[in-house]
Parts: sequence; C-alpha cells; structure tokens
Amino acid sequence: MILQIGRRTVAAVTAVGRFGHFVSDLGRALPDVATWGGLTVVQMRRVGVDSLPVALFIAAFTGVVLALQASYTFTGTVPLYFVGTLVGKTMMLELGPVLAGLALAGRVGASMAAELGTMKVTEQVDALETLAYDPQSFLVIPRVLAGTLMFPVIVALAILVGIATGWLASLILLDLSTQEFVKGLKLFYRFKDTWFGLFKSATFGCTITLVGCMVGLGTRGGAEGVGRSTTQAVVYSAVLLLVLDAFWALVLLR
Amino acid sequence: MIQFADLYKAFDGKPVLAGVTLDVQDGETMVIIGYSGTGKSVALKHVVGLLQPDAGDVIVDGRPVAALDRAGLYGLRREIGFVFQFAALFDSMSVADNVALGLRRRGLSEDEIEERIREALALVDLTGTEQRMPAELSGGMRKRVGIARAIALRPRYLLYDEPTTGLDPVTSAVMDQLMVRTREHLGVTGIVVTHDMRSAYTVGDRIAMLYEGRIRQVGAVAEIQQTGDPVVRQFIEGRPA
Ligand SMILES: Nc1ncnc2c1ncn2[C@@H]1O[C@H](COP(=O)(O)OP(=O)(O)OP(=O)(O)O)[C@@H](O)[C@H]1O
Ligand SMILES: [Mg+2]
Repeated sequence: MILQIGRRTVAAVTAVGRFGHFVSDLGRALPDVATWGGLTVVQMRRVGVDSLPVALFIAAFTGVVLALQASYTFTGTVPLYFVGTLVGKTMMLELGPVLAGLALAGRVGASMAAELGTMKVTEQVDALETLAYDPQSFLVIPRVLAGTLMFPVIVALAILVGIATGWLASLILLDLSTQEFVKGLKLFYRFKDTWFGLFKSATFGCTITLVGCMVGLGTRGGAEGVGRSTTQAVVYSAVLLLVLDAFWALVLLR
Repeated sequence: MIQFADLYKAFDGKPVLAGVTLDVQDGETMVIIGYSGTGKSVALKHVVGLLQPDAGDVIVDGRPVAALDRAGLYGLRREIGFVFQFAALFDSMSVADNVALGLRRRGLSEDEIEERIREALALVDLTGTEQRMPAELSGGMRKRVGIARAIALRPRYLLYDEPTTGLDPVTSAVMDQLMVRTREHLGVTGIVVTHDMRSAYTVGDRIAMLYEGRIRQVGAVAEIQQTGDPVVRQFIEGRPA
C-alpha cells in the first residue's frame, strides 16, 4: 500500500519534472523566430478551421438550453429579464471557455498528439534533427502559440453565438422582449467577465496544445503507441483544463 | 574522420553495442554489415547525436559527439547527411519541400535551392516528382527521395542506413553507382550500412562486420572476401547456420 503510494508519487514527480524540462526546452527554442514564425500562421489557420465549427455548434445549443433552464428555475418569482443575466454571465465566465476547451482537447489536442506521435515513430522527428532543426521550434512552438492565440478568438465567437441563441430562444420561446434581455445582460456585467473568460481560454489553449505536443513527442512503439498517445493527450488535457478552471476561479474571482 | 571509441549502448538493460571501436578515414566509404538487430542503425544514430551512448563516444573530426552542447551538435549536423532506413520523409510536405528543408536551414538562396532539388532528384531518377506527396510514392521511390534529401546538402559526411534494401536489382545498382560517384565528385566520407553484399563490394573501400555488440572484423573489400573468420564467412556467403 505505502509502496504503491510511494511509486505513484515518484511517477507524478517525474512527470512534473519531464514537463518542466519540456517547457524549459521550449524557452530555449524561443529566440529561433525565423523557424517558428511562418509555421505559427499555418498552425493558427489549422486550429481555427479545426475547432471553430465544433465550438460554435456547442455554444449555439448551450445558449438555448441556458435560457430555457433559467426561466424554468426562476418559476416566475425572479423577474424574467434575469434570463439575460444568467445566459451572459454563464457563457462568458464558464461554459463558453470550458465547453469549447473540452471539445478542443478532443479535437486539436488529439490531432496534434497523433500527428507528432506518428512523426516520432516514423523517425521524422529524428530526420528533422539531422537536418539541424530543433523540433521544439519547428513543431512545438508553432502549435502552442497557435493554440494560445487562437483559443480566445474561438471562445469569443462561441460566447457571442451562445448569447445570440440565448436571446433568440428568449424571444421566441419565452415571451421576453429584446430590451428586457439586454437589460438583464447588462445588469451585473463587468469588464472583468470578458477578460477573465478570454484569459482563461488562452491558458486552456496553451495547456491543450502543450500536452498534445509533449505526449505526441514522447510516443513509443508504432501505431499502437500513437493510439495510446492520442487518448492520453485527451485525458490529460481535459483533467488539467478542469483543474486550471477551478484554479483561476479561486485566484481571480474571489 | 569518424571514430567510434569503445561505444556502449543498452536498451532497457539489454546490451546492443558493447564496445564498438572503428575508425573511418577521410574520403573513404566504410560499409558496416551485420545481422538484423545487431545495432547497425543504433551505431549510426550515435554519429549525429540522435542517441546518447552509455559509455564511450563517437568522435567526429576531434569533436566528441555526446559531449557537444546544442549549438555544437547542430553545427556538426550541418556537415552530415543522414539517409534513414525507412526514408523518414516528412509526410505533410511535397517531395520538393522534403529536399528543400535542409537546404533552407543552410541559408541558400531560393534559386540555388531549386537548382539543387532538380539536380538531386535527377540523380536518383525521380525528375518530375517534385509536387508529389510521400504517401503517393512507392517504398523504393521514398527511399530514393531520402537519398536525394541527404545528397542535396552536399555534406562532408554521408551516412546511409540500408540505402538499397527494398529496391529492385537495377535501381539498387544505380544507387550504388550514385554513392560511388558522390564520393568521387564531392570527396564525401561515407558510412553505408547494408545487408546487400553486392552493394557492399561495389561501394565500400573497407568493410566492417558488427557482431554481438562489437566489430568482429574490419578490412579492405578483398580482405573480407577472403576472410578466414567463420562468422564473417558465413554472413557474406549467406549460408544458414
Ligand atoms: N529506440 C529504441 N528503444 C529500444 N530498443 C531499441 C531502440 N532502437 C533499437 N533498439 C533495439 O536495438 C537493437 C538493434 O537495433 P537496430 O535497429 O540498430 O538493428 P539493425 O542492426 O539496424 O537491424 P536491421 O538490419 O534489421 O535494420 C534491436 O534489438 C532493437 O530492438
Ligand atoms: Mg537498421
């Protein structure tokens, strides 16, 4: 029992150590802008194209559900325009970033882990090294930067879509007027709502891509290894994302 | 000069290289032969620092590879072309981009790069495949793109890991000629890992046999052909035990 806990602890510590090592390697590769500059743009486009449809789809439905659930919860005792407040706040602070984040962990994170994992097991990563490229600046930095920069953009659009569908649902299904919805939306709005959600998204984007790349480059053992890495990347980044979410709430919202 | 100096390497406790010592002189082509799984690829990867030795080192022009810092290692890699056993082409890039990648790193002008791509692809008889993707090529074609990618760099050293395995006899003879010519024209120092004895006799100045983690015998081609060592004899004649 104690032995097992000990072994787990050692494994966890080595994992953290590996992560730290990986990140410091990244720092070392940062000055090499000539290599990662152009590639980042390519990756940004890819992250955007890959994730925008899913993120918007989820947000659209979430907006409708939020509006309906709010009115159901208020049961006439709370003024109905609070539907606007609830839809806006929840989308911006929590559901926009987190739902999009989880969806993208499954999409962007998994595809990066699979791609880099395949490159690793087919010796393409070794080939890059022999051509005197640093895989960190050639493969990792563009992906992590693209995730960090594109995520807030995607989440911002998702939030807008969610609020829009929430508003439409209120209008059509709840007998709420536009003025009232907007009134509710503005009621407790603070600028912090916006930047908190977007900042959180940036950290999610960074985490998901970092984990995807790290797990991908650590792949061993053929096609099976690539499959394992892909699931691992999704699980690790989803867990980290939820922990990070709680962490930011604790640090920034109190 | 490339010197393997008492190189040791084990994976998960299983020894693969156990004291490999071998000198490759400037301008010569050294062929390394040996049974499948004896660590020929592993040995070659130590030359460019893709693997870290457990003990000993490879010394390239006086530089101990394992002890180099990153800048030193990348400097060394710029002088070495490496042909991977399974080609290791970048499958998200076209044939031309595969060849161009290393050239871009060396800061050549785009005109020069284009010229070198054309020349290298012509040498491996793949003119006109510039825009194809690796997935659209046969195994032998991929292998030849891998060779083109390495020779386009015009490096001082070329390391070939089984360059002719999987090629038809004629193409494989053409690749042998290509290796001989690159050595003659560019004065390249080469290491060729192969199972193909005909190829070994054609391209090699000297042949070394890796056996049970060490160099069993090294000598000029004629010497190896007349070897008295039963292990080497058996291998080069391809007799079952
Ligand atoms: N990265 C690695 N991790 C673990 N074991 C490895 C690794 N690379 C090679 N090995 C092991 O080292 C041994 C030698 O492998 P290597 O690829 O060098 O053989 P080889 O002589 O090139 O054989 P072949 O002629 O079939 O290519 C094998 O037993 C292999 O399983
Ligand atoms: Mg091999």
